[in-house]
Amino acid sequence: MSDVIYMDNNATTRVADEVREAMAPYLAKAYGNPSSVHTFGGRIAHDVDRARQQVADLLGCDPTEVVFTSCGTESDNTAIRSALAVYPARRHVVTSRVEHPAVRNLALRLARGEGVLPRYRHTELPVNSDGTLDLPDVGNALDDDTAVCSIMWANNETGVVFPVERIGAMCRETGVLFHTDAVQAVGKIPMTLADLPIDMLSVSGHKLHAPKGIGALYVRRGCRFSPWLIGGHQEAERRGGTEAVAQIVALGAAAELAGRRIDEERTRVVALRDRLERELLARCPDARVNGTTASRLPNTTNISFEYIEGESILLMLDEYGICASSGSACTTGSLEPSHVLRAMGVPYTAAHGSVRFSLSVENTDADVDKVIEVLPPIIKRLRELSPFGREE
Amino acid sequence: MWDYTDKVKDHFLNPRNAGAVDAPDLDATVGNITCGDALRLTVKLDEAGRIADAKFQTFGCASAIASSDALIELVKGKTVDEAEAITNDDIAEYLGGLPEAKLHCSVMGMEALQKAIAQHRHRPFDLEDAGEVICQCFGVTDTLIEKVVREHSLTTVDEVTHYTKAGGGCGACHAAIERIIANVREETQSGPEPGARRPKLTNIERMRRVEEVIEAEIRPVFQADGGDIELVDIVGSTVQVAFRGKCAWCRQRDFTADGTIGGKLRELVDETITVEDVSERLGDER
Repeated sequence: MSDVIYMDNNATTRVADEVREAMAPYLAKAYGNPSSVHTFGGRIAHDVDRARQQVADLLGCDPTEVVFTSCGTESDNTAIRSALAVYPARRHVVTSRVEHPAVRNLALRLARGEGVLPRYRHTELPVNSDGTLDLPDVGNALDDDTAVCSIMWANNETGVVFPVERIGAMCRETGVLFHTDAVQAVGKIPMTLADLPIDMLSVSGHKLHAPKGIGALYVRRGCRFSPWLIGGHQEAERRGGTEAVAQIVALGAAAELAGRRIDEERTRVVALRDRLERELLARCPDARVNGTTASRLPNTTNISFEYIEGESILLMLDEYGICASSGSACTTGSLEPSHVLRAMGVPYTAAHGSVRFSLSVENTDADVDKVIEVLPPIIKRLRELSPFGREE
Repeated sequence: MWDYTDKVKDHFLNPRNAGAVDAPDLDATVGNITCGDALRLTVKLDEAGRIADAKFQTFGCASAIASSDALIELVKGKTVDEAEAITNDDIAEYLGGLPEAKLHCSVMGMEALQKAIAQHRHRPFDLEDAGEVICQCFGVTDTLIEKVVREHSLTTVDEVTHYTKAGGGCGACHAAIERIIANVREETQSGPEPGARRPKLTNIERMRRVEEVIEAEIRPVFQADGGDIELVDIVGSTVQVAFRGKCAWCRQRDFTADGTIGGKLRELVDETITVEDVSERLGDER
């Protein structure tokens, strides 16, 4: 496929050219092990350190606070399991109903007592119809028994941004560890973790133009920590396993690139997203945006088209090489629409017809032009096929 | 991405029979928008009782639209009697096969056809009207589940879900589906299995069992969806429960109490158990 219009960047991103070039030597001649005593391997430790510094610069933290992992899911699991391990007497976890499966399914397993008997008490905070949390709910959920509160920084499906600073402050007040899955936020929202009441934060490489298979976990200095992957001394004994040097270098390069492009993300990408959204709503009747537009990632819009089904929309877009995603049942592989839209109480009629466009700095005006030209006739066509429609 | 055949893609992108016929003789809709797919079939008969024209309107995924179009290709020109013999397998076969998890799309086509034919014969439509709704999430009756289990020799709940969607939502009906599968198998095998009779329980034993089943089997299902239930009391064979969290204001609560929870308790503890919802009596938290 040559002419792909890629608007599914919350699913994954293209590996940036300079990122690929940065990692290439480590897949060729520079194959040494950073733990080795000989110069050939040992000097590679410096390259890993440089990458750690690059990630720390993007996050606004100290490099010693960055632990490399294999992916966002591993970071989430490590953070939550660490909190449980360091507070073994506490038997309560707090999450939200719209967390990524890496957090949500782990919390649900804890609540069912799978592998961790006795089972944990689990408070899953509801969200409003616009996808936002009520802060008093967070405060009410926290107690002496809470081992960890894990609330995402930004939602992957709607782009809704949560007030992590205020949530973190509430956690700190009650002495609860606060973890945030910031996989969608890093590189899109500027952050200085040194100034924030966040104990642990998850990063994923492939959401910011690094390859798949690399992630990071920020662990605030002084935060009690227990490793999940036990092995050698790597990552200051916080994560065993020989460093994935090429991927680590790639994440470093991607972090540096994201830092340089973050302003563009917040100006040009926002403008592209807003134009796309505005035009689609203007050209397609019975369409609505899911999630508040007041506090949202710069690149994401989630639009429901009533009376039709998301998979059909995606496959017709696919004919034009346009890549998006949907929270409809048929595309989730289950028979029910996405848990995020259900948690928001989006009516099934609208949830089934939801389409998410997630842009990146690589998208152009021409991409947006193409989508707003192609999609409205698709919506019209599918509505002609549908037995449902607006009540006359 | 689903692995669709070229034929599915073709009938999805270029359906031949979309729309509704004028002044239809038969007009049947199955499914609904909440469940994620629905099909309206309109049919025009000629004087000889042949299907002169038919069209579909479908809300659903690519395979639902393609299955609808295939159904019409298959029925056109046939007599009602001939059309009656068409099965979901014929639809799937016409399309060069469907992904397993999408077989329910072909079953929806078959259902719409059966419903139209029932209308023609002025008979009730058994797959919807007769029997008991087993899967509350997708409104699937035991009649339909039994039919697919029998016709396709299904042995697992997953398979039933692929064919009918039953069991693909909250999961509370899995035990009931298993029971239907067991019954059909028992019937089709020679002679009943030497099933052990359940021994009579003392009151204490019954209470203990009820507690265990609610704790281990029922609460996790509710909790997984953000709700919870609480066992309030056991009076004779009546089990009183209260709904908490999300379940406290769920509109499906009525049948959840005796249907879902009662079904499970009758299955696992004692056939005489009924379940009563006493949430209101205790004063709703919300």
